[in-house]
Amino acid sequence: MTEMLHQGLTQSIGAAALAAEGVHQAELFPPIVFEILGAFFAVLGTLLSLLAAIGIARFPDVYTRMQASAKAGTLGVACLALAVPAHFASVGVFAEAMLVVVFFFLTAPVASHLIGRAAYIAGNPMWARTTIDELRGCYDHESHVLHAKPADASPRDKGYMPEASDGDSPPRHAAG
Amino acid sequence: MSAPETTAADPIKSATATDTTATAAVDAFDGLMTAPLYQVCLALVGVAAVITAYRLVRGPTLADRVIAIDQLGFFAVGAIALYAVLTGQPVLLSVGIVMALILFLGTAAFAMFIERRARS
Repeated sequence: MTEMLHQGLTQSIGAAALAAEGVHQAELFPPIVFEILGAFFAVLGTLLSLLAAIGIARFPDVYTRMQASAKAGTLGVACLALAVPAHFASVGVFAEAMLVVVFFFLTAPVASHLIGRAAYIAGNPMWARTTIDELRGCYDHESHVLHAKPADASPRDKGYMPEASDGDSPPRHAAG
Repeated sequence: MSAPETTAADPIKSATATDTTATAAVDAFDGLMTAPLYQVCLALVGVAAVITAYRLVRGPTLADRVIAIDQLGFFAVGAIALYAVLTGQPVLLSVGIVMALILFLGTAAFAMFIERRARS
C-alpha cells in the first residue's frame, strides 16, 4: 500500500510531470541541497530531543515536566521525521512524514492535558515556588467536586499561591 | 554464500535493481556523505532516552512515569526516522505512524487510570 502510494506519487509528480517539461527531479535542485536540509532537520531534532530529556529529568514537578515533553519533545520528533523526506527528496515520503508530524501535533497536547488533569485530580504536589494555580480553592480533593469561583472573590484573586515562609522565594507578582 | 543471496541480502541494491522509479532519488545519494552525522544523531537520541529512563525509574508519582514512557516512545519514533535514513528505507516511517497511534492510546488510558484511581 505504502509502496504503491510512493510509486504513484513519484511517477505522477516526479517522473511524469517533470519529464513532460523536460526537467528531471534530481536536477530541480542539486542533491547537496536535500542532503544539507536533511542534516539540518536531523541535528535540530536531536538537539530538541536532548532538551526535552534534560527537561524531564530536571524539572521539579509533574506539571513542568509535562511542558518539556509536550513542547520540546513533539517538535524534536517532528524535525526528525521531516529529516527523512528532506534526505530522500521524495514527495511520497514527505506525505508519510507529514502524517507522523500532524498526528503528533494533534495528539501530544491532548495527551499532555489528560496527564496534567489526572495529576491534579490525584493531588500531585506543585513545586514549592509555583506562582499561580488558578484552580486553587475551587477543587475539593475530598469530594472531587469542582466549584466555581465565589462570586464575591476580588478581581485580583486569581489564585496566586501564598508566600512561602522560608523567605528565599523570589517575588511572585507585582506588589501593591 | 552465492552471488544471488548477496544481492538479496542488500536491500538497497536489490530495490534499485527491481524498482528504478521509486529509488531514483536514493541513487543520487548513494555516497551518503552525511552518514556519520546521522549516526551521531542516533547516538544522541539514545543518550536522551537514557536520561528520560532516569525519570522513569526515579519519578516519585505514576504521572511522572507515564510522561517518561510517553517521551521514550517519542524518542523511539525519532530513532526510527534516523534509522530509515541510515538504511535507505523510507518505508520504515510507517512504523512511526503506528507507534504514534499506540503511544497516544496508551497515554490516554494511563491518564484515565490515574484519574479513576484518585476518585475512588
